[in-house]
Amino acid sequence: MSLLDYFKISKESTASLAKERLQILVAHERSSRNQPSYLPQMQKELLEVIRKYINVGQDAISVSFEQDEDQETLELNIVLPDLQPKNT
Amino acid sequence: MARIIVVTSGKGGVGKTTTSAAIAMGLAKKGHKTAVIDFDVGLRNLDLIMGCERRVVYDFVNVINGEATLNQALIRDKNCNQLYILPASQTRDKDALSQEGVGKILDELKKEFKYIVCDSPAGIEKGAHLAMYYADDAFIVTNPEVSSVRDSDRMLGILSSKSRRAELNEEPIKEYLLLSRYSPDRVKLGEMLSVEDVQDILSLHLLGVIPESKSVLNASNSGMPVILDEKSDAGQAYADIVDRYLGEDRPHRFIDEDKGFFRKLFGGK
Repeated sequence: MSLLDYFKISKESTASLAKERLQILVAHERSSRNQPSYLPQMQKELLEVIRKYINVGQDAISVSFEQDEDQETLELNIVLPDLQPKNT
Repeated sequence: MARIIVVTSGKGGVGKTTTSAAIAMGLAKKGHKTAVIDFDVGLRNLDLIMGCERRVVYDFVNVINGEATLNQALIRDKNCNQLYILPASQTRDKDALSQEGVGKILDELKKEFKYIVCDSPAGIEKGAHLAMYYADDAFIVTNPEVSSVRDSDRMLGILSSKSRRAELNEEPIKEYLLLSRYSPDRVKLGEMLSVEDVQDILSLHLLGVIPESKSVLNASNSGMPVILDEKSDAGQAYADIVDRYLGEDRPHRFIDEDKGFFRKLFGGK
């Protein structure tokens, strides 16, 4: 390391930027890799059913799938708008 | 019991063939009868790196199709009589390799060889899939660079779900990280991912670091696996890797910059 290098360190290094980007990306890709292949289709159909009754947006529903040693968890999260029944 | 090693990466140009040639030579020089197979059908190159390109008569696909016997196709290495090379075909037919055909050849090789090194093509298509399908051990060659690390992670996913061991619910393939084209100087400057960074992301057992080295191009120019250049840093790095794989204890080298006082002072190479 030469004297010049000491001036460069104050700026955030591109290596740490690379690491941060990769950690986020790899975590995301791993979670989608392990999820069952029916998940996207199921999410779509669930949304259709819910929208029959409640007026929610496309992104109001989130489905996540987690796998532990001995159990699989399917988490379904629907954000409801301020309650106003469609028409009865 | 024979072991099948796949050298893989996902991304191209990271050093798979260089690594396959080096470790196959290293294992053979340690006295283990070793075969190295080029799975890159259509883009044969292992023969060039091993320096036997003018001795190729029959290839992998000829053997699968029954046009030649395995013994006719295997080329004995000129530097080490424990090492044999099975070259890839130059055919443009992508379906020339079949899972069944590859399995049969590997079974036959397992009777005679201790180690079978499979040099995978880049990508995740058929050739890459077949190279890793029957593997017992996987050497993941990765450069400290974003696209290579990402592709390596993809490859890990494929190894753990699409291999024979995964399909039969057997003990999973043993995965090892080989970090190549590493520049300790650039890591120190914060310009390159460090060994720890890559290990944090991939959570893989590190088999060795191969420094960026002029000797690799010199070796391929002359058709001699770089491990034979015993004075070179890359050659020594591969020798360490072979030793570690065989269970010997070798401290990691080439991770920190190793400059003498005068070189530091004058910033020489």
